[in-house]
Amino acid sequence: MTFVVRRLLLLIPVAIGVTIIVFFMIHLIPGDPARTILGIHATPKAIAILHQEWGLNRPLASQYWLFLDRLLHGNLGTSLFYGQSAASLIAGRLAPTIWLIVYAAVLAIAVSVPLAMIAASRKDGIRDQLVRAVPLFGLGMPPFWVGLLLQYALALSLHAFPVTGYGTGFVGHLHSMFLPSLTVAIGLSPVVIRSLRASMLNVLGADYITTARSKGVPNGRLFVRHVLRNAVIPAVTVLGINIGFLIGSTLIVENVFAIPGIGSLMIQSIFNRDFPVVQGVTLVFGVMVVLVNLLTDVTYASLDPRVRFDR
Amino acid sequence: MTAGPASSNVLEVSDLRVEISTRRGVVHAVDGVSLEVPRGEAVGLVGESGSGKSMTLKAILGVLPPEAKVRAGQIVLDGVDLVPLPTSALNRIRGPKLSMIFQEPMSALNPVMRVGWQIAEGPRVHLGYSRSKAAERAVELMRRVGIPDAERRFRAYPHEFSGGMRQRVMIAIALSCDPEVILCDEPTTALDVTIQDQILRLLHRLCKESGVSLLFVTHDLPVVAQLCQSVAVMYGGQIVEQGAVEQVFAQPCHPYTLGLLRSAPDVEQVRASLVPIPGSPPSLISPPAGCRFHPRCGFAELDCTEQMPELRLLPAGRSTRCLHYERCLEPLTAEGAAR
Amino acid sequence: MSAASLVTVAPERAQARKSGWYRQPALLVGLILLAVILFMVIAAPLLTSYNPVTQDLGATLTGPSAHHLLGTDQLGRDTWSRLLYGGRVDLQVAFIAVLFPFVLGTILGSLAGYFGGWVDLIIMRVVDIVVAFPFYVLIIALVFVLGPGERSIYIAITVVGWVSYARIIRGEILVAKRQEYVLAAQSGGLSNLRIMGRHLLPNVITQAIIYAMSDIVQDILAIVTLSYLGLGIQPPTPDWGSMIANGQNFLTTHWQLTTLPGLAVVVTGLALSLIGDGLADLLRPGQS
Repeated sequence: MTFVVRRLLLLIPVAIGVTIIVFFMIHLIPGDPARTILGIHATPKAIAILHQEWGLNRPLASQYWLFLDRLLHGNLGTSLFYGQSAASLIAGRLAPTIWLIVYAAVLAIAVSVPLAMIAASRKDGIRDQLVRAVPLFGLGMPPFWVGLLLQYALALSLHAFPVTGYGTGFVGHLHSMFLPSLTVAIGLSPVVIRSLRASMLNVLGADYITTARSKGVPNGRLFVRHVLRNAVIPAVTVLGINIGFLIGSTLIVENVFAIPGIGSLMIQSIFNRDFPVVQGVTLVFGVMVVLVNLLTDVTYASLDPRVRFDR
Repeated sequence: MTAGPASSNVLEVSDLRVEISTRRGVVHAVDGVSLEVPRGEAVGLVGESGSGKSMTLKAILGVLPPEAKVRAGQIVLDGVDLVPLPTSALNRIRGPKLSMIFQEPMSALNPVMRVGWQIAEGPRVHLGYSRSKAAERAVELMRRVGIPDAERRFRAYPHEFSGGMRQRVMIAIALSCDPEVILCDEPTTALDVTIQDQILRLLHRLCKESGVSLLFVTHDLPVVAQLCQSVAVMYGGQIVEQGAVEQVFAQPCHPYTLGLLRSAPDVEQVRASLVPIPGSPPSLISPPAGCRFHPRCGFAELDCTEQMPELRLLPAGRSTRCLHYERCLEPLTAEGAAR
Repeated sequence: MSAASLVTVAPERAQARKSGWYRQPALLVGLILLAVILFMVIAAPLLTSYNPVTQDLGATLTGPSAHHLLGTDQLGRDTWSRLLYGGRVDLQVAFIAVLFPFVLGTILGSLAGYFGGWVDLIIMRVVDIVVAFPFYVLIIALVFVLGPGERSIYIAITVVGWVSYARIIRGEILVAKRQEYVLAAQSGGLSNLRIMGRHLLPNVITQAIIYAMSDIVQDILAIVTLSYLGLGIQPPTPDWGSMIANGQNFLTTHWQLTTLPGLAVVVTGLALSLIGDGLADLLRPGQS
């Protein structure tokens, strides 16, 4: 438990840094941010109101303080486009994105683990070479392109899945979200396969596997309780490192498949020049990554008993 | 070799040959090794690193690395030849009949599995024990090998133990299904001298109590003297001398054995001068013609370079591969006289 | 932070040590493939007579023919020509864009690794913060704030991309600075700058170069993605991303408009990944 608390404390500076960057986004805008955001048709009155609301007249530090204060009260600003609170807007669209992330992670693992096992079981064999070729092609595939192709092949042609949308009810979600989640999973898999394969090879060559074989442990039990159980540990770390990519690709994939999540909200808000919402979603994404990293660390510690005792 | 009825040998290895394919050629790691392990006895297998002794053990158990293959020979355990057996059949023998103790207990234990369950795994898989029964047996074994506070330590992980304790865990694992033979691959080499002594005494005691046989591989001669009844000396992938321990150590019949004895620091008797064997071990891809030891041998003569000497029987159940083994007796006598 | 982190936890056992770069099949194939691609986009005027921007509303959405090698899009623009010229733009931007993070990250990583202490602490904190954002989120947000176009792409990629290089170089320097030749140089009274520049850097730069290969692939993907969304290369300049965006409405009828530019990205990515893998095998012999 102290491990978790310690990790949480280490996150605080990072969390603060995240807020600082998000806060600074406004000041990267060339010229007067309010005018640029509102566009050429902005009235001086509208600009003045925005100045007031964002405290653009005040010194930088006090602006940041205002920003942080609002943040801690759950206030992410008001959407310029929708007129409602950005926080409630985001909260309302959070569920589909979470669905996408979890579903994609599950699919990625379901695809990667067997492939890595096949590759590692006979190193440098034909199957291994084939599996190792996957990242070479996979890493160069734009996620939105993969999504479009999947739409074409499985939705438009075969009508096996809906082309777009989130669906209703749990089963509806499973059905509608399959193609988008698969798209994200395909993007993630090359990296996961690579590292899982490497860590499996590492484990397979370890002395304790020879010990287990010398005990006469049958192959099935050997693979699960000895090889896999040890190989997942570094793989969890790699998955955690790449979770940023996973979360980030929701942005584009939600767009392609018209999923009402915060990713597509961000894209729409960009075209609506709805700065508060863009800022708010960026912040939420940052927080998500930080939390997921915490989750990864905790999972790693629960899987590897050596870590708990050293720290 | 002991000339007794075959049934008194629990393990018989005949003319074993193991080859390893490498980029640079085929390595003849084990080149015609024959061994006998009588019931209830400890047999030592001595040699330098690279002599093929570890490979011999791994071949017996069937856990050779993928590049290595058994090319010829028989490994008969309790009347059954292990060489042609498929892995599934071998898995039924490993544990109940044959087990192994390794050199590096830290890397040889699964780091994420509790120690007690690693010991209990054998009985669960082979003897069909339930979880609770297997756990009981594991605790009992832990007590037997001298791990204090066994019930609590059951739930510990390998990294929480010291080196000597981990080796005791390994021994407990090896004993868990009451095997007939335990193969020991330098189990004391990585331990402190005092811990070494404890482990050897433990093995000696277990041997006596349960009648399990040991095939003990090491490069450390005093260890063999302490634990084993008979010894085989390996060099260049072959056995060069065999016999009862007291006799071989008192009067070696091969120049290599002689060299080993002279170069080994003896704790009880400080030698006047340590004499290392000059030269280096032979290449196992293209070994020297004739006797493999001849390039480093002080007694080498012309016939030593011509033909590979066979292993010859000597009186009192000994054997040697040296054509001129009588020469070995001379210097020792002179040295003995000088002392 | 990008997806193609070659952060595998256990480096692969090297194949038999190859003495020359020309003996590595991956490297060789990758280089040849890249050479072919580069030739095609550079020699575009030789390979097509059509201007990628010219519209021909009398010949919209035609299939492959004698006139148009790969057909035309909905505005009558020749697809083959747009592929070639679009490749020019995308590849040019990507190859330039990889340089800034490389240089910035190497400098900051060297400082952090060599000096340690609070320099290291601060730089690594900043790294942690940047890494806390998903790559695409930051890039898109930055491009939004700075306004779409090439310049924003360079800035966004630099701001986000330097962290990976910094981490790699810092790690390598932490190891390398304990080596004997560094201690010798220090006791010889050489200035820190000289030590870092002349002695340490040449030895540690190889890891960054290997990583740069996969980073170029990620940059191409980022550029193409931004352009797909309309935030990157602005029309009428041709580029693979906007080609895919244009073609997506005609998926069922003229799938080649969407598929071909994507394939171009994949093949280029393949070439670069092969080079990266080949270099990695070549420059890290004997590691297991």
